[in-house]
Amino acid sequence: MLTILFDGIAYGMLLFVLACGLSVTLGLMNFVNLAHGSFAMAGGYITLVLVNRLGVPFFPGLAIAFVATALIGALFERTLYVHVYNRSHLDQVLFTIGLVFMSVAAVDYVLGSQQVFIQIPNALQGRFELFGVGIGRYRLLIIVICGLLTVGLQLILAGTRFGSRLRASVDDARVARGLGINVNGVFALTFAFGSGLAGLGGALGAEILGLDPTFPLKHLVYFLIVVTVGGTSSITGPFLASLLIGIGDVAGKYYVPKFGAFVIYTIMIVMLILRPQGLFARAAGR
Amino acid sequence: MPIVLETKDLEKHFGGIAAVNRVSLQVEKGARHALIGPNGAGKTTVINLLTGVLRPSAGRILLEGEDITALEAYRRVRRGLARTFQINQLFLDLTPLEAVGLAISERMGTGGQWWRLVGTNPAVVEEIVEILERFHLTDAMHERTGNLPYGKQRLLEIALAIACRPRVLLLDEPAAGVPEDERHEILATVAALPADVTVLLIEHDMDIVFSFAGRISVLVNGTLFLDGPPEEVARDPRVKAVYLGESLDA
Amino acid sequence: MPSQLVAQVTRRLARRARWRPLEYVFWLAALASIFLFPGRHLILTEIAWLGLFALSLDLILGYAGIISLGHAAFFGLGSYAAALLAKHAIITEPVLALLASGACAAVLGFATSFLVLRGSDLTRLMVTLGVALIMREIANQIPEITGGADGLQGVIVAPILGMFDFDIFGHVNYAYCLSVLFVLFLLARRIVYSPFGLSLRAVKGNPLRAASIGISVNARLVAVYTLAAFYAGVAGALLAQTTAFASLDVFSLERSADLLLVLIIGGTGYLYGGLIGAVIFKLMQDWIANLTPQYWQFWIGLVLVLIVLIGRDRIGQWSGGLRALAEQVVRRIAPGAMSPLAGGSGKEVAGEGH
Repeated sequence: MLTILFDGIAYGMLLFVLACGLSVTLGLMNFVNLAHGSFAMAGGYITLVLVNRLGVPFFPGLAIAFVATALIGALFERTLYVHVYNRSHLDQVLFTIGLVFMSVAAVDYVLGSQQVFIQIPNALQGRFELFGVGIGRYRLLIIVICGLLTVGLQLILAGTRFGSRLRASVDDARVARGLGINVNGVFALTFAFGSGLAGLGGALGAEILGLDPTFPLKHLVYFLIVVTVGGTSSITGPFLASLLIGIGDVAGKYYVPKFGAFVIYTIMIVMLILRPQGLFARAAGR
Repeated sequence: MPIVLETKDLEKHFGGIAAVNRVSLQVEKGARHALIGPNGAGKTTVINLLTGVLRPSAGRILLEGEDITALEAYRRVRRGLARTFQINQLFLDLTPLEAVGLAISERMGTGGQWWRLVGTNPAVVEEIVEILERFHLTDAMHERTGNLPYGKQRLLEIALAIACRPRVLLLDEPAAGVPEDERHEILATVAALPADVTVLLIEHDMDIVFSFAGRISVLVNGTLFLDGPPEEVARDPRVKAVYLGESLDA
Repeated sequence: MPSQLVAQVTRRLARRARWRPLEYVFWLAALASIFLFPGRHLILTEIAWLGLFALSLDLILGYAGIISLGHAAFFGLGSYAAALLAKHAIITEPVLALLASGACAAVLGFATSFLVLRGSDLTRLMVTLGVALIMREIANQIPEITGGADGLQGVIVAPILGMFDFDIFGHVNYAYCLSVLFVLFLLARRIVYSPFGLSLRAVKGNPLRAASIGISVNARLVAVYTLAAFYAGVAGALLAQTTAFASLDVFSLERSADLLLVLIIGGTGYLYGGLIGAVIFKLMQDWIANLTPQYWQFWIGLVLVLIVLIGRDRIGQWSGGLRALAEQVVRRIAPGAMSPLAGGSGKEVAGEGH
């Protein structure tokens, strides 16, 4: 059972790294980016090409994927997304779904539709026993990397000037602008960083979640659930929500395979009805 | 005169702030009752509580003796309580004809009919025309509401409430934002309201208040500060102090 | 004189609900297509049920202002219901099965309607998506009944009304779908021009004021949501009956997203938007699929992106202008065929825009 817990935590942390960019985007600019999963997919495929085809070692491959996806995110943000910031949520949804369709088809065209696997180093394969609990090496790596990222994010948010600008902008964008904070600049940077994180998550997660061109659509729901349950005005909210979803999903699918998936969807719907602003969020000013 | 609208220790808290603090208000049948007070005193909040837009934190609301505290907003309208909004709340894509027609049909109970076409109920159409004539909106009645000048929109705002044939009418600053040359039309309309309709009016313009009101309640910081006939309120030195922002020692 | 004005107003209101010449043209063209394009009946059938599906979304989106990313939930339920009814010979006559399937979808609509009453647009998007995904998962988890990922095979559809057999060329299919679409359209048109329909537009425009004049906002929304679910279920049933098949993708996000695109292309709020959008979408899809069979989703995505970038308002203006132009043309061709229209803007003629 502890193995299940361990696997669930790994999945949850992975989900957090994947989804936190979406959460911040929504909370910061009130922008629904359903194409967030496409950035994750991009990161995964970039790592695939680097590691499998070009022989780049695994860890540098991850780092490059992060940077590359962040750059792609910045490019898209400046050229495309900036035109739809002030539109209705329906328009944003349509726009980003359109991007998802395009990205899915494009990847299918270039790299084929089969599921792919990134070559992970031998040292990370297999499991070992620790106090009777089966610990997968790769999953352990995920927990370590994602844990460090989470701590890093929290430090940035709480300890740096950029972090306080970001928190101010999320809390009340209009007032932040009035204080002289360049909210659009903050957003561009945050969007790029969030996309980079998604890319890293996609690369890390290829082993566990599977990587194929339908990735953005398959996992979109999970990202949305994390954002719904965790709220959009903090990091801790989505973090705890991700853990909850991760553990719940893994445990659910193991113990009650028929109903595992329902548990997650039902949680989302119940949350939306009872607390539209998320489980852990305070009411945010706009 | 009997009391038609009453609140008992009505309260509304937003977070730690008491926007409305133990307000016990009584409005007599047929009254012309004004609710005044400085900005932010909670007047619109009181109206929102009375109409069911907001739920009170504590206290009760009685309409013609019946407790309506838990009653949904739309049901209160059917019991005879209607209001206008300080900032126009209109159906911008509908015409005045359609909007007034809706209010009348709802009142008659035919608003939910899906099988007959709009305009095939002669009683409704007659009443629409009668109301629009009364409010001088007939030349604009086929226009899209959003395209109407502000003064006409304001008249429509009141017409919609009147179309509900309320027994108690709550007017939230009916002349607000209306240009000087169009105000008299609004005020004449308010003055011409039937005598059996009870009117509770929020207003800032003291000329209007003192010419219109038979009774005045003063709300300050969410508390009912003074309640009485106009002469009494006009005499009280504390009222002027409150409006000028001077502190009260009492 | 007051009574003169009353009579004038009554006449004018009656005129608004009258059939426009363009509407006659549309349905005559639809009828003619049965005979004029015998080789294209398969795609025309798809246009018919897709148009009905889009019409159902227009009822809630265009008229009541409810955004849904999961309307496929009702479509899919209707689809599986019709397929199962036929396969297990529970109700063999297709029209009855159609009504039963629609009723199933309506029940689901009614049950989930309370979820969309409150909350922002974003909440509604997510909740409706969640419902559609749950339906898909349910279908996935009971493969004994639904056939799971392989789809439901072995569906045999009996002759319509006991008389008209479905043929492999799809002639009967198309006539059937078109008739169902027409009947349901007539009903929707009646409803939309009724006091109920007007109150929906009021609720969409200003729910606060709607409640303040005595409209029970929630009751109206539940009613129209249930009706829209019925229509969507019937559309799904038509798909199942004309293809003798049902599969999980009837519940997919892609289907709900495609539907939004169809309605956006055609325009919301005037009932014909879904139908026109279906025609354009299917023809576009057909054309693109002939060019790049595997990757047409790319071009659909591109169209979505472009439409949003250009702006739905601008597209609505263009289509409104086109409609007004078409009205003018028809008026010139058949000047005695219609009563004079009051006003002339595209908006007033065809109902509101988005």
